[in-house]
Amino acid sequence: MFTVRDSFETSPVLMRDAMCKALTDMAADDDRIVALDADLIGSSGLKPFFKLYPERAIQCGIAEANMIGIAAGLSLVGKVPYAHSFGCFSSRRVCDQIMISAAYAKLNVRIIGSDPGITAAKNGGTHMPFEDMGVLRSIPQITLIEPTDPVMTDYIVRKLANEYGVYYIRLVRKETAAIYEEGSTFEIGKGNVLQDGRDVTIFASGIMVAEAMKAATVLKNGGVSVRVVDMFTWKPIDAELVKKCAADTGCFVTAENHNIYGGLGSAIAEAASKSRPVPIEMVGVDDRFGQVGSVDYLREQYNLGAMDIIEAAKRAIARK
Amino acid sequence: MDTYVSDNELRTVAEGIRLVTLQEFAGTGSGHVGGSMSIVETLAVLYGSEMRVRPEEPDWPDRDRLILSKGHAGPALYATLALKGFFPKEMLSELNQNGGRLPSHCDRNKTPGIDMSTGSLGQGISVAIGAALGNRMNGSDSTTYLILGDGECNEGQVWEGAMFASFHKLDNLIAFVDNNRQQLDGYTADVLDMEDLGEKFRAFGWFVQDVDGHDCGAIRRAVQAAKENVGEPAMIILHTEKGYGCTFAEGVVPNHHMSYTPEQIQEAIANAKNRLIAAQAEV
Repeated sequence: MFTVRDSFETSPVLMRDAMCKALTDMAADDDRIVALDADLIGSSGLKPFFKLYPERAIQCGIAEANMIGIAAGLSLVGKVPYAHSFGCFSSRRVCDQIMISAAYAKLNVRIIGSDPGITAAKNGGTHMPFEDMGVLRSIPQITLIEPTDPVMTDYIVRKLANEYGVYYIRLVRKETAAIYEEGSTFEIGKGNVLQDGRDVTIFASGIMVAEAMKAATVLKNGGVSVRVVDMFTWKPIDAELVKKCAADTGCFVTAENHNIYGGLGSAIAEAASKSRPVPIEMVGVDDRFGQVGSVDYLREQYNLGAMDIIEAAKRAIARK
Repeated sequence: MDTYVSDNELRTVAEGIRLVTLQEFAGTGSGHVGGSMSIVETLAVLYGSEMRVRPEEPDWPDRDRLILSKGHAGPALYATLALKGFFPKEMLSELNQNGGRLPSHCDRNKTPGIDMSTGSLGQGISVAIGAALGNRMNGSDSTTYLILGDGECNEGQVWEGAMFASFHKLDNLIAFVDNNRQQLDGYTADVLDMEDLGEKFRAFGWFVQDVDGHDCGAIRRAVQAAKENVGEPAMIILHTEKGYGCTFAEGVVPNHHMSYTPEQIQEAIANAKNRLIAAQAEV
């Protein structure tokens, strides 16, 4: 069970630190756990793990394809690998290694892709994954998760140590809004209804969850009743919840820090079309490449703010 | 298949694998004949002498593993595993059949004794490295064997792995390149010449040996030398003929994937039987 905080200030804990702390804690009692990185421990936050457990920390250098294969091979002999690179290089660059060496072979691999979408900020277009989840979503049986805040990141990283399969964790490295109270628990594959409402459902993920909550407050003040769902698992999508929300609210807004083609909006549209089609407005990157900028600047450039969600909600309701 | 010691005994194992592989191909009308024929002697040495496996317990955690990265040679490995007792010989008729357990390229989830799913070239080396590293972390003395194709060495991932394995001194990894000098579109020298692969792996920090890949004794001695060598991953360059010992494939260019008539495959099988009888006569 999770508890939503009353207000969503910036968390004092960085996402990468939450991830590494969870991993080092788990590794203390579980010598199956191995961390891999591709010359990015200075960025990923995995330095403490590499210092504490050097014999189980694998520096792969700038060779991501090899890293994914090594992770798959480690799991062949019972290890539980977590492999990190920036989202671009842990998804599109290694798509076939994830597909064949990990997923097709039915091995046990966790991949952490950091700096999703506009949070890549000053690294710019080459490093700004708007496509990582879309690229990976067509791989059978993979699980795609975008943790929302440090509390969820901590929970997911620990939880995955005792799961089996191929998992991609789309992780903001730095600050995020704190959405959940300490001690919250989550269910992979199930969306979290953060706030109930009857006029429209906003399905949001990652940094868009806080924006969705802001939008919901504004809409509420205007007399619109909004349900907000944190859809942190993109695959498998929570089709039951999508169906229920379609029946209850009659229209959707999806909000993602990702290309709307192949991403969360697509996943929800697919689920809705199979059960109960409703008008859907998609807030996300409209088929564009990334660019250099601050997160705030990019949020404006790609229309990923609370105002964009508000406008989309009005359009969705008008289409009912 | 028992465990054999003499070189001549291993030769009979190899010819037995060759014969059974061709019998498998008889049911399909086409297949990866060339690269299956060229790796037969190495499989005979591994499963007939050098690898620690339990056919009755394919998933035995302390076994040695083989990653057949050139996964298209699956048919030769299936014949080897059947002869070793991993599954009944009758199952070999499932090669490339609808719903069968013996796909064109190796699949660890379908076939008993197959340690890794392979076929997308270049990926096996990294998986083998992961297994070798994991075994070292686990304190296991298991050896990980890896078979690459020479054409496969076009793939950049092979060289990412080559760098990594030597830097990490993975001496529990023993690799082979089946240097049969052909890839799908023709001679490797014409498609993308890799020149001296042994020199390349040596430059990457590996313990390299060059052997006649159709000489079981030479292969076995090279594997034993590799096991004794400390502090480096081992590479055995197998100088082979693609299609070796198959009447309609040997000397043909290209012979990576071939169609053949029932008469051709029966002639090849008859020839392989004679080769086996000749080898048995020398034991």
